[in-house]
Amino acid sequence: MSDTEILKTQGATLTAKDFASDQEPKWCPGCGDHAVLQQIKNTLPDLGVSKENFVFLSGIGCSSRLPYYVSTYGVHGIHGRALPMASGLKTARPDLCVWVATGDGDALSIGGNHFIHTLRRNLDLNVVLFNNEIYGLTKGQYSPTTKLGLRTVTSPSGVIDHPFNTASLTIGSGGSFFARAFDRDGKFLRGVLTRAAKHKGTSLVEIYQNCPIFNNAAFEAFTPENKAEITIYLEHGKPLVFGKNGNKGIRLDGFRPIVVDIEKQGLSTSDLWIHDEADINKASILARFVDDREGDDEKLPCPIGVLFAQEKITYEDALTGQIQAAQEKGAGTFEELLKGDNSYIIK
Amino acid sequence: MTDTRTTGKQVHVIPKTSVSVLFAGDSGDGMQLTGTQFANTVAVRGSELNTFPNFPSEIRAPAGTVSGVSGFQLQFGSKPVYTPGARFDVMIAMNSAALKANLKDLHRGGIIIASTDGFDEKNLRLAGYPEGANPLEDGTLSNYIVFPVPVLQLTREALKNSGLSVKEIDRCKNMFVLGLLYWLYSLPFEDTVETLKEKFSKKPEIAEANISAVKAGYYFGDETEIFANIGRFDIAPQKQHGLYRRVTGNEACAIALTAAAKKAGLELFLGSYPITPATEILQTLAKMKKWGVKTFQAEDEIAGIVSSIGAAFGGALAATNTSGPGLALKTEALGLAVIMEIPLVVINVQRGGPSTGLPTKPEQSDLFMSLYGRHGDAPLPVVAASSPVDCFYTTYEAARLALEHMTPVICLSDGYLALSSEPWKVITEESLADINPNIQPARKPEDPPYLPYKRDEQHVRAWAVPGTPGLEHRLGGLEKQHETGNVSHDPDNHELMTRLRAEKIAKIEDSIPLQTIDNGPASGDLLILGWGSSYGAIKTAIENAHHEGYTSVAHAHLRYLNPFPKNLGQILGSYKKVLIPENNNGQLVHVIRDKFLIEPIGFSKIKGLPFNEMEILDKIIDVIKELE
Repeated sequence: MSDTEILKTQGATLTAKDFASDQEPKWCPGCGDHAVLQQIKNTLPDLGVSKENFVFLSGIGCSSRLPYYVSTYGVHGIHGRALPMASGLKTARPDLCVWVATGDGDALSIGGNHFIHTLRRNLDLNVVLFNNEIYGLTKGQYSPTTKLGLRTVTSPSGVIDHPFNTASLTIGSGGSFFARAFDRDGKFLRGVLTRAAKHKGTSLVEIYQNCPIFNNAAFEAFTPENKAEITIYLEHGKPLVFGKNGNKGIRLDGFRPIVVDIEKQGLSTSDLWIHDEADINKASILARFVDDREGDDEKLPCPIGVLFAQEKITYEDALTGQIQAAQEKGAGTFEELLKGDNSYIIK
Repeated sequence: MTDTRTTGKQVHVIPKTSVSVLFAGDSGDGMQLTGTQFANTVAVRGSELNTFPNFPSEIRAPAGTVSGVSGFQLQFGSKPVYTPGARFDVMIAMNSAALKANLKDLHRGGIIIASTDGFDEKNLRLAGYPEGANPLEDGTLSNYIVFPVPVLQLTREALKNSGLSVKEIDRCKNMFVLGLLYWLYSLPFEDTVETLKEKFSKKPEIAEANISAVKAGYYFGDETEIFANIGRFDIAPQKQHGLYRRVTGNEACAIALTAAAKKAGLELFLGSYPITPATEILQTLAKMKKWGVKTFQAEDEIAGIVSSIGAAFGGALAATNTSGPGLALKTEALGLAVIMEIPLVVINVQRGGPSTGLPTKPEQSDLFMSLYGRHGDAPLPVVAASSPVDCFYTTYEAARLALEHMTPVICLSDGYLALSSEPWKVITEESLADINPNIQPARKPEDPPYLPYKRDEQHVRAWAVPGTPGLEHRLGGLEKQHETGNVSHDPDNHELMTRLRAEKIAKIEDSIPLQTIDNGPASGDLLILGWGSSYGAIKTAIENAHHEGYTSVAHAHLRYLNPFPKNLGQILGSYKKVLIPENNNGQLVHVIRDKFLIEPIGFSKIKGLPFNEMEILDKIIDVIKELE
């Protein structure tokens, strides 16, 4: 760290460059991780947090190398265990701004148990889940989010494991924040990351991240031309509108979302589903938009942005409250500790 | 007896120096509470004391059966006692299953107080006695002094006006027995009366019934003629004056962690997953919020240790506690803590293994796993506690080593120490060793760059805690470049770092005390080298051996299992033979042979039970005779 950087941590305004470490990223050329790293570095200076108070933690996998490339405190841990490490750190140090970089294998396979429990506890963590629907670092095996039928080195006849729906899993686990973004949507991703950082609670950001080496086709449908037709960008309080000309919308028929053509069907935007981030029932339906629905001709667009955000007390605040209550009449002294509450005098 | 009323009848009082008592009954009979109350009374009176509960792993095993028997054993005396007693002098058998399960461990000529209602046809059948056989009547107990007491009937009689239901009254029968024992051992019941008032303060009628049952039992002893032939006993208290508390091993571990954090000026964090017999450490610390203790009940053993590594990175004194199967799950993360060179205390309360093994029974069979059970070359310090009170000092020492040497430390206890208790003279903060973690101060612009893996002369790196300006750095599981801590795959660097990590642990021998001889000559025929919970049994056996004229036998007990104290080799060489008793299939024997190239005599007991002093004394005599 240079002297100018130190000065900056002591009050001066930081820029993305201040968060670059002296290590060169070793991701493949064209990997989506580069873009995500850049947006993280762009986001950090805006958060009003001193540099020394950021910590990046990760597990194992391509994306888990990220802490090495950010010049904050960080730990590159063991496979699947970034979330418990973050939970311990945040519990011990609620003053720190803790980020987790993880992948679909790290978070949802080997770390699946930690994923659900971390979400239900709701520590104030920012979890960036790089979902490339493949195992990259071990060279191309299918992951818990790989689509059915994909042929990989460990599924030569096609994947027969039904994939996880990350959003449904998050909401089902009691998570308080879920957002989705593309690695290439630079500015939009930055906005989502900022929202996640500002959310008090565990923020889960799923990033559709392209692995050009082992799963280049995963997100190929989302070409610039095609994207508007198959995605829907969510905004709180706004109707669910999508399509190249903004002519398509989503309505709810009971619990069933249906695609409507606003012009052809003579509808106005007020007839459409209005996005409410805090509505867990609607979020649960939104989460299912990405599922393959057999026998359904009409594909629902993939929701992008904040699907769900709910106010909920954090674990560390609840624990701090309990400790404060226990110390209401003063903190325990060393003497009291050693004496215990069942001591007796022998005369 | 000054403060307990009696009928004033003249009863012969026999002074004794120590006695071992077993309270045994069905797991629903309240034997743990009864034994604990008895132990509290003798402790407060100033007796030396050692207790050990023994219960099935099932919460409520089938009632009346041998597998459902729950016991609480204690030894108290006028002289120091180090074990609950190899065999007991007195057994309270609340039912026939309790008698059947424990008779083999009663001294010949010992006393049996049998609750006759537990010896009815149904109970005898459930206990597996043959049709028509009743040990209380068929002469099979002729080698013992048997007192059949109709406990249930007498309790019902005493509480007939209590207004309670029969079921509630019947639940007080353990207190009747307690009262009777107080009488038999010339002990006051007032402390128990106070405890019951407090315990049932919201249910005064239940408190009153229990108190009446205690008194009824006491007065029954006083009035009945059945004890006329033997009289009552008195064990004069001998404790030095002062303030005491009684602790179990698990409680002592919890107190030690909190004390170490306070002494070091740090916050305590415990990441833990419940597992028998280690859970009370988590439970005790969860109640210590007044001291700012943070406990995190993780989703599994792995999250238990990894959350602690996170907290340690954040500057807390971090610990995790577990038992064998849990330690197995934590081993990958232990390797991470080793390469991160981060302070961490891992308390392993050993139980019978492998796999689920004997969850409620003690064993010392995780020594190999503690010393070697990690992938890669990943040495770390291992210490072992030798008594319930020593669980405090050993855990405290584990925390000191972790914080001052930047390493995970495994602290071994076992199911015997965990649940046993003994009196502990309350200590002061000043009596505890200082703990000085090497925390890196904030970096000023003119300072040289911070190097996370720069080491001092002990090879210890500094602890740079997030939130400190100028020390931002990245740690991780990938091999580190010497000093910079950057990721490195360089072959020579890996060899250097592997050697440095090993040397760092080896150098801890400079920071620990030399091995002492606990009892016996500094050189001679035989050294008993023990570790862990066998301390009390070995200590008692050596005293008895010396008493019987085997004076060339000494006892050394290891707290430090890695690294060993510097002078251990010299000590081992000062005796013709070294005997190593262990509750495993010979693990320390293997380590000592490997390290010092000597051939110690192994003495294994692998029964899920701690050693007793008689077994060790017998072995000592065998070995000495062979030497002659």
